[in-house]
Amino acid sequence: MTATGGRRIGDVLLKVEDISLSFGGVRALSGVSFDIRKHEIRAIIGPNGAGKSSMLNVINGFYHPQKGKIIFKDIARTDIGPYDAASRGIARTFQNIALFRGMSTLDNIMTGRLLKMKRNLFWQALYWGPARREEMEHRAAAERIIDFLEIQSIRKVPVGRLPYGLQKRVELGRALAAEPELLLLDEPMAGMNVEEKEDMCRFILDVNDEFGTTIALIEHDMGVVMDISDRVVVLDYGKKIADGTPDEVRGNQAVIDAYLGVQH
Amino acid sequence: MLYREAGQFKTSYGDDQAIFPIRQDRIGVAIILLAAYLAIPLTASPYLFTSILIPFLIYALAAIGLNLLTGYCGQVSLGTGGFMAVGAYAAYNFAIRMPELNLLVVFLLAGGCAALVGVVFGIPSLRIKGFYLAVATLAAQFFMDWMFSRIKWFTNYTPSGSVNAPPLSLFGFAIDTPAERYYLILAIVTVMALAAKNLVRGRVGRSWMAIRDMDIAAEIIGIRPLRAKLSAFAVSSFYAGIAGALWAFLHLGSWEPLAFDINRSFTLLFMVIIGGLGSILGCFFGAAFILIVPLALNQIPTALGIPISTAMISHLEFMIFGALIVFFLIVEPHGLARLWALGKEKLRLWPFPH
Amino acid sequence: MGFFIEVLFGGFLAGVLYALVALGFVLIFKASGVFNFAQGAMVLFAALSLVRLMEWMPIPIALLVSVGIMIVFALVVERLVLRPLVNQEGIILFMATIGVSYFVDGFGQTIWGSEIYTLDLGLPKEPVIILESVFEGGVLVNKFDLVAAVIAGILVTVLAVFFQKTRIGRALRAVADDHQAAQSVGIPLRDIWVIVWSTSGIVALVAGIVWGSALGVQFSISLVALKALPVLILGGFTSVPGAIIGGLIIGAGEKLAEVFIGPSFGGGIENWFAYMLALLFLLVRPQGLFGERIIERV
Repeated sequence: MTATGGRRIGDVLLKVEDISLSFGGVRALSGVSFDIRKHEIRAIIGPNGAGKSSMLNVINGFYHPQKGKIIFKDIARTDIGPYDAASRGIARTFQNIALFRGMSTLDNIMTGRLLKMKRNLFWQALYWGPARREEMEHRAAAERIIDFLEIQSIRKVPVGRLPYGLQKRVELGRALAAEPELLLLDEPMAGMNVEEKEDMCRFILDVNDEFGTTIALIEHDMGVVMDISDRVVVLDYGKKIADGTPDEVRGNQAVIDAYLGVQH
Repeated sequence: MLYREAGQFKTSYGDDQAIFPIRQDRIGVAIILLAAYLAIPLTASPYLFTSILIPFLIYALAAIGLNLLTGYCGQVSLGTGGFMAVGAYAAYNFAIRMPELNLLVVFLLAGGCAALVGVVFGIPSLRIKGFYLAVATLAAQFFMDWMFSRIKWFTNYTPSGSVNAPPLSLFGFAIDTPAERYYLILAIVTVMALAAKNLVRGRVGRSWMAIRDMDIAAEIIGIRPLRAKLSAFAVSSFYAGIAGALWAFLHLGSWEPLAFDINRSFTLLFMVIIGGLGSILGCFFGAAFILIVPLALNQIPTALGIPISTAMISHLEFMIFGALIVFFLIVEPHGLARLWALGKEKLRLWPFPH
Repeated sequence: MGFFIEVLFGGFLAGVLYALVALGFVLIFKASGVFNFAQGAMVLFAALSLVRLMEWMPIPIALLVSVGIMIVFALVVERLVLRPLVNQEGIILFMATIGVSYFVDGFGQTIWGSEIYTLDLGLPKEPVIILESVFEGGVLVNKFDLVAAVIAGILVTVLAVFFQKTRIGRALRAVADDHQAAQSVGIPLRDIWVIVWSTSGIVALVAGIVWGSALGVQFSISLVALKALPVLILGGFTSVPGAIIGGLIIGAGEKLAEVFIGPSFGGGIENWFAYMLALLFLLVRPQGLFGERIIERV
């Protein structure tokens, strides 16, 4: 456990209840329930095809579950849209990087702040007075994130030209720029070398620690998951098979079976 | 050696986000503007005004409109000619039905009408993408062609279907000579090009580009596709509409719907591709290029003493434009603007290659 | 009633012509994911080649040479346009085919000339009266239109057999499903592209023959092909039956609209009616009548 400083796990921030999702005849999730508490780092693990990414997609409103409830900040909804989720403070990164490839690092991070920018078309066309002030304020905020993630040198580089590890970092930056309450990370360390993984772990812990952001992450590297998360939920074939602290989950027979591929 | 930025330090984010952060560029732009506003009007012949400068500026304006939609927001449109027609006929109707209106107000209203029509035809963009949408914008083109030739109210029941711009004046000054028309267009284009640049470097521009690069991710970070796409259609058509009004009033003087047919739409798309998708500066390059090629085709063979028929010239034009489009899409999708930027980059580092 | 049927028939037969052009689009789109805007230009180019070659040689040889020209055209397009743009976004390829379309229009008219040429392959043209037993006075149709419908039917049957029964057809369908997977099992993508563009070129030639015999071979053929676009939206971009049925609906719809609604709008609504119909349809069913729905993932 790496809980340090003033970080204190609080009340339930998000709760999913009995979520079922299917595509045509394919069941992706069936009757999954769990909660995420304020300030915690919550890991979602499971073998390939367990429904982890689908779960994140449900939480941020991209997939619409056929059944179940999503209770975020005490408001229960079955069907939310991505825009609702984003505007209520849920940000995320993607398994296959989903950056805006034609734009620079800085512009990508600035898109994370779009929800907070209010000036209308007319003012922006003038680029003067309030519109200019607003732009500068948000630029300053974006620069704080750039400093935090140590990516100053690639500020003006189109992200399409960056190596994979840096792209992942920029994507984290874009999500952070929205100052989310709940940050969803879909395999933030996939395809990284040890050094890059260590960097990413550090950033995740720092985000959690300094900004108090609640984090839900999917990750395949069990070492990392066990090290940084407070609680772990395990999915297999779209069902929840375990939920608890890393130590509890590690000893759980169902989890061991799932990973070893025991037939059931 | 002159093109160096050493010693120019940016001390605020404002400096860093300026349109021309390098001092030499600012000087260059100042020189171009001085030339456009002072030197050219003093020296140009009426032919230069009416056949080159005026169409160049209006084409560039329309290309900016299309580029905002296609280059920045990623929505291909084959209906720009139709939106220009809306602008032209709206301006005509405002001008003849409300003669007391200021000319600039007429143009603004014309742009507004085009923006409204653009939004209507942009609605399918919410359900469909890519070439589906391109086909949908063709619907706008054909519908406008038909509307302005068949619904007589729009042409004020003129028997020939061709309409004339009313005598133009602004704040009591008649706008008549080529130089006067040039000045009016130049002023409008300067302001609107600057406004376009401001839009694309701010919030709206980023939301457009986000939609262009990855619409799903854009939605998930909180961009509403509906708003982003329709605002792109609205602004783009606004530009096209004003360009159409200028084309009709200040370039053609009298016109019929054919002036804004589908070929106009394609020509504008070509300008945007050749000039550079996603570049305001590129629109000027593209417009100049598309204007110069036919002129060169007309002049060079005669100058060399090779007889060439007008039909042949038009076929050659088709071939050259077609080949160039393919060429640019393969070699440099960001068009002449990128070549220009690369050239500047080289110059900045010269004589050291890296 | 007889008049209505007559208009309907006229519309259907125009629809067959649209369908012929749409068919070429569908073939290329299915196999390469390229929305080939140049299909119309190819129809014009093929027809121009044939009509001018016929001045020099007997009809069968001219036909063969025209087929050869379309195959060479496919080779050139694959080498100069498709290969350099492989893995680009669909929209870039689409714009490139607009470029190809302009080039071919210009090139065809440069080498073959730009007048109106009469194409006479000896197809019957006289009008006949059918269904006399059903309606009083029967229905007046043009024999040529019937021939066109038969040609289209034969073409579709041949293509269906080609796609379903031959080895190449199977490879084509594999490529249509998944480029990379097809390549990984050893299907040469480039050859497939050449084959499919050649096939499309031959379809264009057939369309060119039918259109050209009806209207004369002239530049406007290239534009008439724009009518095939709403057909595609209606039928779905990937469906051969969609192209046929879409063509019939659009053809009949626009003729009926022109005759029965048109006059109250000042006429000429044929030019946009098909597009509006397709557009409205899109809002209800974006994938078209027979297209496949795409599930988006992140």
